[in-house]
Amino acid sequence: MGSYILKRLFSAIPVLLGITIIVFAIMALIPGDPATAILGSYATPENVEKLNRDLGLDKPAVARYFIWLGNMLTGDFGQSFALNRPVIDEVLERFNATLVLAGTAFVLCCFLGILAGVISASRQYGFADKAITFVVLLGISIPSFFLGMMMILLFAVNLRWLPVSGMYAIYGGGDLWDLLKHLVMPAAALAVVATGVIARLSRSAMLEVLRQDFIRTARAKGVSERRVIWGHALRAAMVSIIPVLGIQAGFVLSGAVYIEIVFQWPGVGRMLVDAILKRDILLVQGGVVFVAACYVLFNIMVDVAQSLLDPRIKT
Amino acid sequence: MQLMDWTRRGLFSAASAGLLALGLGLPATAQTPPGVLVVGQIAEPKALDPAAVTAVNDFRILMNVFDGLVRYKSGTLEVEPALATGWEISEDGTEYTFALRDGVTFHDGSAFNADVVKFNFDRMLNEDHPFHDTGPFPLSFFFSAVENVEVVDPLTVRFTLNAPYAPFLSNLAYPTGLIVSQAAVEQHGADFGRNPSGTGPFHFVEWRSNEAVVVERNPDHWDGAPALDAVVFRPITDANTRTAEMLAGGIDLMVEVPPVALSQFQSDAYTVSEQAGPHVWFLILNAKEGPFAEKAVRQAANYAVNKEALVNDVLEGTAEVAAGPTPPAFAWAYNESLEPYPYDPEKARALLAEAGMENPAVTFFVTEGGSGMLDPIAMGTAIQADLQAVGFDVTIETYEWNTFLGEVNPGLEGKADMAEMAWMTNDPDTLPFLALRTEAWPDKGGFNSGYYSNPKVDELLETARTATDQDERARLYKEMQEIVQEDAPWVFVANWKQNAVTSDKVENFQLEPSFFLLLKDVVKN
Repeated sequence: MGSYILKRLFSAIPVLLGITIIVFAIMALIPGDPATAILGSYATPENVEKLNRDLGLDKPAVARYFIWLGNMLTGDFGQSFALNRPVIDEVLERFNATLVLAGTAFVLCCFLGILAGVISASRQYGFADKAITFVVLLGISIPSFFLGMMMILLFAVNLRWLPVSGMYAIYGGGDLWDLLKHLVMPAAALAVVATGVIARLSRSAMLEVLRQDFIRTARAKGVSERRVIWGHALRAAMVSIIPVLGIQAGFVLSGAVYIEIVFQWPGVGRMLVDAILKRDILLVQGGVVFVAACYVLFNIMVDVAQSLLDPRIKT
Repeated sequence: MQLMDWTRRGLFSAASAGLLALGLGLPATAQTPPGVLVVGQIAEPKALDPAAVTAVNDFRILMNVFDGLVRYKSGTLEVEPALATGWEISEDGTEYTFALRDGVTFHDGSAFNADVVKFNFDRMLNEDHPFHDTGPFPLSFFFSAVENVEVVDPLTVRFTLNAPYAPFLSNLAYPTGLIVSQAAVEQHGADFGRNPSGTGPFHFVEWRSNEAVVVERNPDHWDGAPALDAVVFRPITDANTRTAEMLAGGIDLMVEVPPVALSQFQSDAYTVSEQAGPHVWFLILNAKEGPFAEKAVRQAANYAVNKEALVNDVLEGTAEVAAGPTPPAFAWAYNESLEPYPYDPEKARALLAEAGMENPAVTFFVTEGGSGMLDPIAMGTAIQADLQAVGFDVTIETYEWNTFLGEVNPGLEGKADMAEMAWMTNDPDTLPFLALRTEAWPDKGGFNSGYYSNPKVDELLETARTATDQDERARLYKEMQEIVQEDAPWVFVANWKQNAVTSDKVENFQLEPSFFLLLKDVVKN
């Protein structure tokens, strides 16, 4: 097992290197440079040239790439032009907020999705199955940013139960209760689509398993229906559900971009959108590499978890 | 992105109208304490170092924490004393001697004096200065005419310019000229932008990244203590969310309200303020080649565009019709006698016929959105329709903002006949000097992308820049406006009105033509 994990970790290196090249190339090729974005109306060629020199952007692209890569290997992600602070500070702070949001949403959608899927499967074509399927399809079909705005209008503007946006109250907040109040709407809006997908796939995975012989055997020897479903069948179905969870974790992370903008959550997705608009090259590059590294790491974890669950997947 | 924005906006207003109609509204509950004003900003500030930032969004905070030597008189763009109590300009216009206010201290306790003023400008302008590395200072060229800053005595400072430069005083009133504490820069170095210290009506308390910047009242301010206890600036980048926060009572003051959201605030619980600013939205016409090389065709385009419809219908009243190249906000330099080109399609057709071009084909560069561009796609489409109606054959090419600038700034020759553009400036000199002179053609490093050239205009602008008497400058600018309007190198379209919404707990709030947000006299109950 240890060597399997090591092998997977090594295979991540070329992936990450490829990501650094792609994100650097994209930022170098998109029109517009930070100096023009900063100077706005006053971007005369002379001013742009001077500011580029001050920002260290006058060197050739290849040289800039290797300087950036070299610095990054020593843990120095550079300084953000637009925020005037070290990229790594900003990314870590923002990623922390994203983890809180996406993590909550992910736990929510795993729990609700698997629950809904199992109930659906165990009452195939029954009322519960039909009702759940209907709600799930509705959830999959609503764009999450639209749902988020509707929730803001209803719960924050009209009912005033919850705050509109942000992560903590400006005054008198900062505790866990305050965080939960700010978290509930964005996490719910973010979880809806993934919950639907997980529910649909859990349902079919369960149906597959429930048709198999060992389930019939379990029932025949008098195991309670509850244990058959939640013990025997779900455990076997998890082998095909877990990869889906891994993929959904990625979707939740990327879906967080919209939700973070709608709810002004101070996360890494909103940071990247702002940084791209401002051509804040180092912040975009550093942020993308960091998120990509986390994503790769997450996939490795899913693979490992799967190999633990399913003895057929061998190193 | 633009399409998605529009869709989201549309859905948002439709849905909010629906929900409000259902009568779900509950009475407002106060969420922010009295004496504390929560301002909804459009973005996270870059830094709180006035010399290092360029965005209006950052200026809104800075103008309340720092003072300059001079400032704009409330409600105008005319310069009046601030940290300087007065000044003298030498006969030849190259020496400005300022008498400084006595007894002023920075928030960190250090004293304001001539040495500090010299430190401020040397830091920005002198590349060998020990604190020049606390930059970069992108707008330092505002003071590129400054050759030397000299301490005459502790309360007198003299600026020597390399040539007479009339906009110098109004550049000093701009945020780039705000005075920072030398002691604080020496203490914090490059981190000064996160630990600012000035002399302004509010002193900096804390900056919680992506959440809020908090400032509190400075009871010892030389111009009297502010009425508020504290101001909290919250960055809320999404306009819909900003609107929702305002409706939910999470903020007390909201700037840059989207036109479609204005109808939400038509009640006694809110006050909508408007103020036209030093902004002009225009179409650059290519006067070098193609149909617009003919003055009559350029005038025809000015007659053909229905500017009233643009500002009232497309921009929902958030702008006024522009008459010429200078915005009326520069009251002292604005030519009142100028009337906008009327909407007159008949006259436009007649002018085209006279020029022998009944159906000129033109290429029109439109941007998806950018600083000061308002609603460029909708405006571009409406303009296209107006021009088609009088016989033009208009082809639109749309570009993302940065690409657009890359196409337009180097000049329209060989690419397009007209392009959208907008400018916001702080002195009547800036825009015409950079965009209408022959010496400002793109190949000479200026922004005259349409290659307009009139020796008389060149002469007027050069003379106005070296004149130090404001009345004389005003006379020259007024004459320039008349000639430029007649020559029609642009289609003069709109002057943007900045807007803001305040809740009924906020009193004494006023927008400034400079677009700065001055909160010293604001009261929050």
